[in-house]
Amino acid sequence: MILKTMSSGLVIQTVSKTFPSPTGPVRAVDNVSLTIQPNEFFTLLGPSGCGKTTLLRMIAGLDIPTSGSILLDNQDIAPLPAYQRPVNTVFQSYALFPHMTVTDNIAFGMKMQGKPKTEIDKAVKEALALVRLDDKGERMPAQLSGGQQQRVALARALVNHPKILLLDESLSALDYKLRKEMQIELKRLQRETGITFIFVTHDQDEALSMSDRIAVMEKGNVAQIGTPQEIYDRPATRFVADFIGICNFVKASSLGLNDNCDIGFRPEDASFTVGRGMGKGNIRHINYRGAVTHYIIELEGGETITLSEDDPQNVEVNDAVSLVIPPERLIRCTA
Amino acid sequence: MAASTSPSRLPGVATTAYLSLAFLYIPILVVIFFSFNANSLITVWHGFTTDWYVKAYENEDLRRATWNSMIVAVGATFFSTVLALMAAMGMRGRLPRGLAGTSQMMMTLPLLIPEIVIAIATMSFFSIILRSEFMAGTAFLKLVDQYPLTQVLIAHTVFCVPFAYSPIRARIETLPPSLFEAAADLYATPWQSFRRVTLPLMMPGVTSGAMLAFITSLDDFIITQMVAPPGAMTLPVYIYSMVRKGITPEINAVSAILLVISILLVVSSYVINQRKAS
Repeated sequence: MILKTMSSGLVIQTVSKTFPSPTGPVRAVDNVSLTIQPNEFFTLLGPSGCGKTTLLRMIAGLDIPTSGSILLDNQDIAPLPAYQRPVNTVFQSYALFPHMTVTDNIAFGMKMQGKPKTEIDKAVKEALALVRLDDKGERMPAQLSGGQQQRVALARALVNHPKILLLDESLSALDYKLRKEMQIELKRLQRETGITFIFVTHDQDEALSMSDRIAVMEKGNVAQIGTPQEIYDRPATRFVADFIGICNFVKASSLGLNDNCDIGFRPEDASFTVGRGMGKGNIRHINYRGAVTHYIIELEGGETITLSEDDPQNVEVNDAVSLVIPPERLIRCTA
Repeated sequence: MAASTSPSRLPGVATTAYLSLAFLYIPILVVIFFSFNANSLITVWHGFTTDWYVKAYENEDLRRATWNSMIVAVGATFFSTVLALMAAMGMRGRLPRGLAGTSQMMMTLPLLIPEIVIAIATMSFFSIILRSEFMAGTAFLKLVDQYPLTQVLIAHTVFCVPFAYSPIRARIETLPPSLFEAAADLYATPWQSFRRVTLPLMMPGVTSGAMLAFITSLDDFIITQMVAPPGAMTLPVYIYSMVRKGITPEINAVSAILLVISILLVVSSYVINQRKAS
């Protein structure tokens, strides 16, 4: 029996990428190091311009790092051109070849590698089944809906059994409902194929619901790496806390704490009482949102915070209340 | 019915438009009409005949000139289209914005330069090379001696490049760079990517560019007249030499044939583009 070759995943070591620009060089990725495990669903999350797409393109070989190395199973792939890397990409715009049928699009990678025709035919058929497009093989890409094109792009990449599948904002062109379906679909594909997925997105919902681990990026740097829960519950910086979910930030003194940094807390982690609590304030607005109700409270120091409660509380606008927050839910941010 | 307020309803506008069309096409129709005239006077109708076409066909000089024109046009089309395609690909996405605009303008500017200027420049250029005592000069002289069409072919290739370039460039602009990145990502070497992705997608632009180049080369008179050595006469130059001896319906017949070839090419170029666009 042949054992699967031991893979040690993808190791990104002190990678930087500088682009020239009219106002001087711009450092899109700044000395980033991270390790991605085999079979992991890893997400690069951040606002636009944070360097996540540049990092992805360097893994794909579409951009060359200014410095640093990228090791895939202990081999430095940074000097290899894109067409020699065992890595495939699902592009944001899908980039399906408009002059080829769905079948020819999916077969392209294997044809370029000179695989025998019988093997290609079999693999293409399987790939079409995997993305549930068995009957669409002879269509042209323009004859498919956005969601179907997306699945062709996935099949075209997966059929090559890459060591890593890169997804560049791949769901952002789909409408809300389709996006939710594709999120589940992607998770299923990743489990079934056992391929490492590296997913780039600016959508924190997508990142939280699909990823094994997330790297939150900010201005070319990695702000935090962790599981979705670690990142949500224990954000390392104020930026991370702010970017993932909703977070209130107030001065420590407003909560009656003896500290000179800002304190953060999630709207659902705090509640209020008409009795004694951590900070005093008045209810300014009550927004009934169906599943939850939002209470906008103005603290005595003038800061405005939002709380969410599952059940409507028996209070009215302008009522004086105090906050109750379990100490372990307080986020002390260094930056 | 309310009176129309559109400026295109102004009196005389429609009439002028129809007159313009008439002035454009009646002379051409007259040429074709008299090519079937059974009389050597080209202005008096005498009855229908196809004799002039037969006579044109039997004219050996005319046949040689046509053959020369075809060789030059096909050759110049091939070389200028290849050069234009390489130029369009080479300039794409490589230059900063300002330079890209300048380079594109430089490529197409020769379309606006008076042809007589290009003709004189080309002629001087060849005579400098031929008279130079360097190796290149003597080698070129040998080539020209052996193949009299060489200079015509080179000159045509050069002035056809801007014509071939414009549609190719227009087409390449419509193709997103991610297509070529996808090809590279899917293990296509640069050459495979060109063969399988770039070229097929560029084909509509390449065909219309090639057809424009072909027509331009086939029709050219001024530059050819200046650079063609004896024995390298093309069809337009030959027609001109016939005209100097007096106009006969034979010339009408030849002109009609040239016209038909041109129209066929323009129409097929148009049809190809329409089909690819839809």
